[in-house]
Amino acid sequence: MGGWPVGGRHLGVAAFAAGLALLPLALPNEYYLTVLIVAGFQAILTLGLNLLMGYAGQVSLGHAAFYGISAYTTGILTARFHWPVPAGIAAGIALVLLVAAGIAVPTLRLKGHYLAMGTLGFGIIVYIILNEATDLTGGPSGLTGIPKLKLAGIAISSDRDFYYVVWGVVLLLFLLAQNLVRSRLGRALRAIHTSETAAAVLGVDTQRYKIGVFILSALYAAVAGALYAHYVTFVSPGSFGFHASVQFVTMVVLGGMGSLWGAVAGAVFLTALPEVLRAIEDYDILLYGGLLILCMMFLPGGLAEGAERLVRAVRLLAAGRPPAASERTR
Amino acid sequence: MEKAFLCGEGITLHFGGVTALQDVSFAVERGILQTIIGPNGAGKTSLFNVITGLYRMDAGDIHLDGRRISHFPPHAVARVGIVRTFQNLELFANMTALENVLTGGHLLTRYGALDWCLRSRRFRREEGELRAKAEAALAFVGLSAQQDVPAGNLPFGSARLLEIARALCAEPKILLLDEPAAGLNLRETAVLGDIIRRIVERGITAVMVEHDMDLVMRISDHVLVLNYGEVIATGTPAEVQRNPAVVAAYLGEE
Repeated sequence: MGGWPVGGRHLGVAAFAAGLALLPLALPNEYYLTVLIVAGFQAILTLGLNLLMGYAGQVSLGHAAFYGISAYTTGILTARFHWPVPAGIAAGIALVLLVAAGIAVPTLRLKGHYLAMGTLGFGIIVYIILNEATDLTGGPSGLTGIPKLKLAGIAISSDRDFYYVVWGVVLLLFLLAQNLVRSRLGRALRAIHTSETAAAVLGVDTQRYKIGVFILSALYAAVAGALYAHYVTFVSPGSFGFHASVQFVTMVVLGGMGSLWGAVAGAVFLTALPEVLRAIEDYDILLYGGLLILCMMFLPGGLAEGAERLVRAVRLLAAGRPPAASERTR
Repeated sequence: MEKAFLCGEGITLHFGGVTALQDVSFAVERGILQTIIGPNGAGKTSLFNVITGLYRMDAGDIHLDGRRISHFPPHAVARVGIVRTFQNLELFANMTALENVLTGGHLLTRYGALDWCLRSRRFRREEGELRAKAEAALAFVGLSAQQDVPAGNLPFGSARLLEIARALCAEPKILLLDEPAAGLNLRETAVLGDIIRRIVERGITAVMVEHDMDLVMRISDHVLVLNYGEVIATGTPAEVQRNPAVVAAYLGEE
């Protein structure tokens, strides 16, 4: 991560974009497209959560709630009150930003694990509200009739169109995150991760930065939630509970804390894995858990670090030398 | 009366029933190296923590260049130009040496949100200038070759110097050095002494807490002695060395 790989930066993103553009052409059927679209929502949220957790070192166990607030807000406004879709999305995002600010200001004043505790409680409260405010949310059975995504009057109806919209947003938010972490703001966030005291005496307003990155990560979750609502056209509380929050944290950790590529990889991997394992019924949960344990045992730095090690090993092999023992064990 | 460049008046700090600092006053003239010495637990690091806003003093006042900076939060203290190093290293272990120093220059760039979002010309210019300053700071302490090494992998002596480079990159008016020689061997201490003198010659006022008396006597312009949270002596290194109260504090009274 050191240095300033200017050439590599553009190359990596360009290859990523090209791959995304061509991928639908290579898929055998629409089902894979659906999986990738869902992975796109998760990738957006995980990118934001990685800024908060992987870079700034602040743990949130309630990000599924932001995802849900946004999905439900635009869902209710468009399905029940017939707002135009863009207005619903804007309202959902605005509400999430407001709620995130309200949560961040008191909880981030505290140190240590209070943020994790605070966000955990917040997530549970939101989950209960989604279940109990039946008149508004439809309760446990969910909210139906949410219109499909419509942008500038153009309906995004086919899965292929939606795929391009979602992954276009992923790419955009990826670039935004990348530019953020490669500025003084990114350095400040990583500094806060290791030593808040040292960051503060160097002039970093740690409180402001922690609140800022929390709200930014909530914004990512809100964008993901809005797209989700207008793709699935149905939302129910189950998708936004504690389990979902933990799943997002797992994606960040498995992908690689403090790696944006890792965030995307973690989201795609963990979305696709259950689909792949579905072939072996009954045992899929066991295998899923087992694979996670193996990943964490052998790739403590996540998929991102694993890929980095692989590239290094291949380069060494290409240079005609076997990978050094330290390369393999590290 | 004209105030000294950095001065504290009547600084008092309690932890519960324990008095860490009792009515401590000090004055640091511009452009010198002032050292604070005293037995363990005398309140030296506490004084640094009060100046940098990490501790909130119970009474007293601090002024920098005539401006009252009492009770400023740490980041605001940095903004007025006071930057410190730590006795127990507080490096960003997960970042490279260069990234650590760049973080030291946090306040030097002024680009806004649009600039970093779009990597504007202004962003690239300011980041480029900052990088040049950071590389110069690394070169100044002799760590150029280690710029891409993660700070957590540096040997102890280099890590101490990296903390100094990081603080220098902030372009401070006042540099506070908290036991910079602790844990260094004789050769490393000699190098450190030269680096500190060169910092002062560059016009940066330095305040140092240090136990290594050879180093203190060799490079300090002025010495302040604390004992049990109170100032017991102040003067040139030679004056302080002869002061009976200082001798008593260090060696115990008859």
